[in-house]
Amino acid sequence: MTLSRRKFLKAVATSTLAVAVIPGDSQGFELKGRMSPSPKALKAKRWGMVVDMSRCRDDCAGDCIAACHEVHNVPFIPEPDHEVMWLFQEPYANAFPDQSHGLVARRSDGWKFLLMCNHCNDPPCVRACPTQATFKREEDGIVMMDYHRCIGCRFCMAACPYGSRSFNFRDPRPFIKKINPDYPTRRKGVVEKCNFCQERLEVGRMPACVEACKEGVLTFGDLDDPASEVSRLLSEKPHTRRKPDLGTGPSVYYIL
Amino acid sequence: MFNRRWVISGIIIFAAAAAFPFYWHAVGPHAPFPELELPTKEKKCIESVEYMRTNHMRLLDVWRNAVVRDNLFIYTASDGKQYEMNLHRTCMGCHKSRERFCKRCHDYNDVAPPCWDCHFAPSEVRKTRSAGTGTGTGKSNVHPVARKGEPS
Repeated sequence: MTLSRRKFLKAVATSTLAVAVIPGDSQGFELKGRMSPSPKALKAKRWGMVVDMSRCRDDCAGDCIAACHEVHNVPFIPEPDHEVMWLFQEPYANAFPDQSHGLVARRSDGWKFLLMCNHCNDPPCVRACPTQATFKREEDGIVMMDYHRCIGCRFCMAACPYGSRSFNFRDPRPFIKKINPDYPTRRKGVVEKCNFCQERLEVGRMPACVEACKEGVLTFGDLDDPASEVSRLLSEKPHTRRKPDLGTGPSVYYIL
Repeated sequence: MFNRRWVISGIIIFAAAAAFPFYWHAVGPHAPFPELELPTKEKKCIESVEYMRTNHMRLLDVWRNAVVRDNLFIYTASDGKQYEMNLHRTCMGCHKSRERFCKRCHDYNDVAPPCWDCHFAPSEVRKTRSAGTGTGTGKSNVHPVARKGEPS
């Protein structure tokens, strides 16, 4: 059987066309309803946290961490190598290594700083993430994690200059004392971190750590709103941020 | 043709064997369709049963991207009723049992979506907690890592 060039080209064209019109899996799916933002949501141009370390007491500093980790089903894993932390404490020398010297280190010995994700203005983790599992919400500046997309490459952990991210080296579920039924857990092989309680802001509540702190150490609000409590605090008191020279623009401020 | 007898009977046997699954599917016995536990308090799902049966996975996929990435929160169904786009509270709020609803049908269809690696049915978690794995009193729920920095 001989096939003329003309016939061959015709056959190729027809079969290409046939493949193109065969519907794929999600083609033909139509969302019947509409989706809209929450009417109760707290809104800001740029969320930020002010940590007033002069008010932070050693004997209760655990309450905010406990509240955060309980609300978000953060596992407690005793081995330091496998630790998962959203909100955690470190001495001055670890929190501000570039501003630490012998005298400061001695004076502030035992002074534990509350650390969390800084929700940077220009987050290096977002640039490092190959799947856009971590991304910055342009409307309010929160650096979010989409755990569904995380492939566990840990580039973001290498990129984060603040050590704010933890990797689930093992299934976290057996290490959660009491599961909060309203919030999912994570699985083995994804990175996690503080999300500025995005799920609580959505329903009109302040972050869990802010609600838990009775000493007024933590203040949360809109950095872009000059009338907000955070802006007022920052205009009144001297403050600093972690590693400001890196240019990441942290949204977490420390009053010493 | 050489070995005509063998070749032709071989082709016939092969064709019969290849076609057997189709034949068996048409006339043979079927695995019984799983019995799903339906919610008692609600009569109607957020959309029609047909739509949900065919499209729930696509709907949930759209929901998760909307909630996580686009800051959307409320789903207004085609009948105008509003729902929170939340697997734990909305879906599992009615379909209390993952084992007796989701899993039975997924097993029947031999699909294993990874939803449950992270998500769960709240009522099932509450049950296991009261069964003794939980810590009980409020005081003992303090996260041990929180106490790390304290002078001992």
